[in-house]
Amino acid sequence: MFGDYSIGDLGSIFVMQGFAGLILFSVYVLMALGLAIIFGQMGVINMAHGEFMILGAYVTWMTSNFFQAFLPSLFSGYFFVAMILAFFASGALGMLVEWALIRHLYKRPLDTLLATWGLSLILQQAYRSIFGAREVGVELPQWMLGSQKVTDSIEVPINGIFVMCLTLLITIAVAYVMYKSRWGRQVRAVVQNRIMAGAVGINTERVDCYTFGLGCGIAGIAGSAFTMIGSTGPTSGQLYIVDTFLVVVFGGAASLVGTIASAFSISQTQSTLEFFMSGSMAKVLTLLAVVGILMLRPQGLFALKVRK
Amino acid sequence: MSDDKKRGLDSPLRRKLLMGIAAIPAISMFGGPSFAAGPATSAVNTTGLAVTDTEVTVGILHSATGTMAISETGSIEAEKLAIAQINEAGGVLGRKIKIIQEDGASDWPTFAEKAKKLLVNDKVAAIMGCWTSASRKAVLPVMEQYNGMLYYPTFYEGLEQSKNVIYTGQEATQQILAGLNWIAKEKGAKSFFFVGSDYIWPRTSNKIARKHVENVLKGKVVGEEYYPLGNTQFNSVINKIKLTKPDVIFTDVVGGSNVAFYKQLKAAGIDLSKQALLTISVTEDEIDGIGGENIAGAYACMKYFQSLKNENNEKFVAAFHKMWGEKTVIGDVTQAAYLGPWLWKLTVEKAGSFDVDKIAAASPGIEFKGAPEGYVRIHENHHLWSKTRVGKAKLDGQFELIYETADLVEPDPFPKGYQ
Repeated sequence: MFGDYSIGDLGSIFVMQGFAGLILFSVYVLMALGLAIIFGQMGVINMAHGEFMILGAYVTWMTSNFFQAFLPSLFSGYFFVAMILAFFASGALGMLVEWALIRHLYKRPLDTLLATWGLSLILQQAYRSIFGAREVGVELPQWMLGSQKVTDSIEVPINGIFVMCLTLLITIAVAYVMYKSRWGRQVRAVVQNRIMAGAVGINTERVDCYTFGLGCGIAGIAGSAFTMIGSTGPTSGQLYIVDTFLVVVFGGAASLVGTIASAFSISQTQSTLEFFMSGSMAKVLTLLAVVGILMLRPQGLFALKVRK
Repeated sequence: MSDDKKRGLDSPLRRKLLMGIAAIPAISMFGGPSFAAGPATSAVNTTGLAVTDTEVTVGILHSATGTMAISETGSIEAEKLAIAQINEAGGVLGRKIKIIQEDGASDWPTFAEKAKKLLVNDKVAAIMGCWTSASRKAVLPVMEQYNGMLYYPTFYEGLEQSKNVIYTGQEATQQILAGLNWIAKEKGAKSFFFVGSDYIWPRTSNKIARKHVENVLKGKVVGEEYYPLGNTQFNSVINKIKLTKPDVIFTDVVGGSNVAFYKQLKAAGIDLSKQALLTISVTEDEIDGIGGENIAGAYACMKYFQSLKNENNEKFVAAFHKMWGEKTVIGDVTQAAYLGPWLWKLTVEKAGSFDVDKIAAASPGIEFKGAPEGYVRIHENHHLWSKTRVGKAKLDGQFELIYETADLVEPDPFPKGYQ
């Protein structure tokens, strides 16, 4: 298949393809992080994760419209404001949902699946009623469009670089919060033994609420970032949910390292296969591999030992 | 007259219409056309349809919820506009059209169930509906079993023909061949790269396109790629496009994937003003989500663009905007959906009856001169004769008409040599 192309051409394509794999990796990590926190730390299967992402995307769209209308001179920087707003909007909705719905279901983990699935339908219809059934186009500042030429034949997309930096930043921030901060210690204590954590004076209910909010907030940031590469519509969240769960389950719940390792292996397999065969076949083979490995290792790649 | 007026205001139809068409002056309120001038009901309705002396019931069956609501909303709007206009102009055989709207909810069995409900319980005289091929395939056996009449608006893959369906969109050869001919001639294109979503319509369309490129245009297909519906990552295929350097990228990616594809194409540095791209799946509706800046320069091949300059279309666009808001865009399928109620009205009037058998028989040859796309005519095979056009996407999300076929293109749902 490569007979017709020069070595130079092939070299640059492999570099760009490697980069495509890294972008896919960043996208997977970004969308899975929020879910990993909620699923891993709280055992809640949040089927509405995609809808929290899309809330972030809609916030970005509204921010972009606001800046265009009232602050056109600052438009080139609006995206950063939008991401912060997206974090707080999705986070706040997450905390509200936790308070109104999830906390009543902690003893019935499978019911959270049903409840959050219902929630996802409600949110989709809400978006449809508020923003209309059609997709909205989020306009990006000029500097985020196009690609960066590295050499004559190698170009990397700027939004790809942006997503990679963002993912790195957020991963570091989450790792710091979870493993270095006092609050992270409390979260982990609650995960390991809720009763004991309560006995030593940790307000477990508040920890739950903030953890859920944090997970949803990160989903909001992811949604905001994905306006650069994907669509923003009432049901766009559904496009991400399967891949997100795949990454989290494959990585092993309750493990951030697992999530990252799993995102890396899935994205690299996927993008390598995509290059040699059609996208649909690549997906089929990737899923087969994941299923195969999960049969051998049902707990996922990395698993923490926790007291049940 | 005062009695008429009172009844008009109180009827459920009146209330239902008011929800949608408050903006359109309802002539009937001012004593316009009378709705009781038509022939006797027993003469025009021999099969027990929901036809009274003053009303005839028609069903609208689209997804107002679920994934497909993005696409089908425009069709619902167009059909309601057409029906409102027909009513304003005196209805059908002196009867006002009453709408029963059902929601297919983007779920194919639901479509079949709702179609059955419309035909069996509501006894509607016709159904305007369906969008995806999957929903049409689900509804088709119901239409044939209970002898209903479906007006189907979407451009689709062909390979189908039914007494009980009128296809108001283009079938694949009608849409694709003229566009490929044009781009081969205009751009001297010899090599093509196909990218599509993985389901029946793109696969069948690309099969037709490949045969045409190889056998008629003597060109080469250097790549043919399919991605699952809803896929959001296209960097790999974009790299393959960069490697194979095709003269033309030919795409039939649909839904949310569309947005991802064009955004990533732009981000990868592929400049559509230099790289020719021909799409058969992007209408003005899709550009709303993609963003004009991401797709400007691409060519789309279909039968209608909102920017068409003719008297019918200007009136249509103005009426559509008045009813559904200035910012609403009108894509190819929306226009085709608008044709449905009008074609049905013209056919009923020609047949002098609401009976489905008579309408099916009277359909071939029906001409609609008021179509926004220009004159159309129903073929023996229940598809439409229509022109094929190529438009170039502009920054503002509209298309600029670049080329149109001189004559109407004959619909050919079972093309010889393309299967």
